[in-house]
Amino acid sequence: MRWGERLLAAAPAATAGVLVLPVIFGLGATLLPALGYLPALGGDAFSLQPFRELLAEPGLLRSCLVSLAAGLVTTALALAVVAGFVAGWSHTRHFRVLQHLLSPLLSVPHAAAAFGLAFLLAPSGWLMRLASPELTGLTRPPDWLIIHDPLGLTMMAGLFVKELPFLFLVTLAAMPQVNARAYSAVSASLGYGATAGFLHAVWPRIHPQIRLAVFAVIAYSSSTVDVAIILGPTAPEPLAPRLVRWMNDPDLAMRFKASAGALLQLGVTLAALAIWIAGERAIGAYMRRLRVGGCRLRRDFAARWFFAAMVVLASGAVFAGLFLLGLWSFAGSWNFPDAFPRDLTLRGWERQLPMLERPLAITLVTGLCATAIALVLTLACLEREARTGSAGGSRAQMLLYLPLLVPQASFVFGLQLLFLAAGIDASFGALLLAHLAFVLPYVFLSLSDPWRAFDTRYVRAAQSMGAGSAKVFMQVRLPMLLRPVLAAAAVGFAVSVGLYLPTLLIGAGRWPTLTTEAVALSSGGDRRIIGVYAFVQLLLPVLGFFAATMIPAFIHRGRRDMRASA
Amino acid sequence: MLENVSISLDGRALITISATIEPGSVLTVMGESGSGKSTLLSFVAGFLDPAFSAQGRVVLAGGDITSLPANERRTGLMFQDPMLFPHMSTGENLLFAIEGGSKAQRRAMADAALAEAGLEGLFDRDPATLSGGQRARVALMRVLLAKPQALLLDEPFSKLDHALKSQIRQFVFSEARMRGLPVLLVTHDPQDAAEAGGALFELGRNG
Repeated sequence: MRWGERLLAAAPAATAGVLVLPVIFGLGATLLPALGYLPALGGDAFSLQPFRELLAEPGLLRSCLVSLAAGLVTTALALAVVAGFVAGWSHTRHFRVLQHLLSPLLSVPHAAAAFGLAFLLAPSGWLMRLASPELTGLTRPPDWLIIHDPLGLTMMAGLFVKELPFLFLVTLAAMPQVNARAYSAVSASLGYGATAGFLHAVWPRIHPQIRLAVFAVIAYSSSTVDVAIILGPTAPEPLAPRLVRWMNDPDLAMRFKASAGALLQLGVTLAALAIWIAGERAIGAYMRRLRVGGCRLRRDFAARWFFAAMVVLASGAVFAGLFLLGLWSFAGSWNFPDAFPRDLTLRGWERQLPMLERPLAITLVTGLCATAIALVLTLACLEREARTGSAGGSRAQMLLYLPLLVPQASFVFGLQLLFLAAGIDASFGALLLAHLAFVLPYVFLSLSDPWRAFDTRYVRAAQSMGAGSAKVFMQVRLPMLLRPVLAAAAVGFAVSVGLYLPTLLIGAGRWPTLTTEAVALSSGGDRRIIGVYAFVQLLLPVLGFFAATMIPAFIHRGRRDMRASA
Repeated sequence: MLENVSISLDGRALITISATIEPGSVLTVMGESGSGKSTLLSFVAGFLDPAFSAQGRVVLAGGDITSLPANERRTGLMFQDPMLFPHMSTGENLLFAIEGGSKAQRRAMADAALAEAGLEGLFDRDPATLSGGQRARVALMRVLLAKPQALLLDEPFSKLDHALKSQIRQFVFSEARMRGLPVLLVTHDPQDAAEAGGALFELGRNG
């Protein structure tokens, strides 16, 4: 196994490279054109001209503020609901049920969830249809600006329902590490209500562990492009979708302004993070005062039900939206106040399928390749860690989050310019590399906890029977950890399928995926076509998770101790 | 044979021991939890955590194994739990331990081992469906099939219920005697030491 050892030795460096290099080179290649330097486009001298042009854009401040607000409001709301819900309900029977309701939502691509929400909330959407004409008296959709509302509230709602399951699962993963159950029991025996006990005794130790994930949510929400295009304000748009328009403008001179804007986006996200950290301090100090004040909140009935209602509402909205995507894709004639289409037809699917083929194939191949590479790197790093006993520590954790903490619009554009200069722009390799930078962190973060929790006595038993490292890996560790390995692969695949901006910019239109096609359709507004694309976009990750459940169940059939513990 | 072994953590000495275990006999190391008795086993088996520092040599059947990797030491290790691989059948667990041989030979060896432990016909069984005593016996047969030159037992009887305990104990010790294997047993159960019948080394509370 010479090559195997060489792979293990090279894995940490390769992994770090995949995570760090795109961000660093991407940011660097954004900085130079922002300062007027891009020889390929005639920018030979440094100047502040790009920034001057940027600042002359009408409504720029408003774009920035909407982005900033989206980052902060969405994250604060999602985190508060997660904390409140886990505080009031963990270790109860209902929690299990809601946990199963919320967890699958992680695999739903942002665009599909956003489209579903649009189909639900629009003036001509399903909620209005259900209530009309009986309750509202309306026979025609009202002229309200719900989708694309100028304050971006619907966009924030769309981000909220997607970030909620993410933060929820990250929190769940942190709970056993802080012995949440025992501490909750202790505070309950001291007379604290469930919510207060959790917030005082458990949350302060969970929070540091999920902090980077929270920052990633802020970075994503303050710089989202696909959700903003589907649900966000239009006049002016939030900063990130505006940038992307300039980046894709046929007038190449716009690249300079776009680069300056990409740096501004970085500034907006950093500002959001700074405000968040200041807020954390203030709330932390307040909580400390409460903690020593002995406030027990014995009757937290109202709070508990409020948070449960928020969770049910958010997941219910996503599920209803996904149902609507499917329904619209099969709808024949469906006039406004009718709650359901008059007839169902396959016509939409028949017409779209030939056009779907190529994006579907590209989505599949990109997703599978990126996931496979990410899985190999992750396994190699973890196996090396297990053999040498040296983990990366907190700095490695920071590296993993790096591509998730820097706004995509800020570094992927520079990466595109760099690939252009290298002559590999719009190549499949470049696309794969860009996907890998986002897939790898999720695969690694999903797999590292179960991998490290593996009972090493199995390894020792095997080694004492003369089994070498390769045999232990292939016959003991890997098959026993098949379930989390495939679950991590399913997460990675879902990330790749849903990835919008890097696909758009690096693929430069030559590698259309289901996601880029679906988002491009949003301006057309044909619900039947959008329904088809978004439904297929949703189907792929769902199939991935289905496979990740069924394959281990099949391989380990008849082995009682290998069944899923959940 | 343990030659002037001493293990320490952060400069604080944990264990100092020098002993020779004859083939077929048992050295019982007793001590409270935290006294470092499992650390001693880890050292002999080759799994010592790098946080510890150790001096001395482990000599097995005339050869110094102190610096060999764990999988070349031929020190069969058994834990409190049987640690049967849950994703393999009972028989596959045994096959895992057998080195070399044709498919038929390997299968015959596994079947013979099952018969020796009174477990005929359980080759295809899911280990999770075996009784506690059956699992303990499979675990022992699995270790023996790897042809170890010594047995290292880490409180292997402590989780068995009372009636089973002495039965399994006798089974393990008689198998080891039959094969002439030196046995290093760590435990905190005086009954284990009594039935092992060999030398006793007590790790002091102050040590």
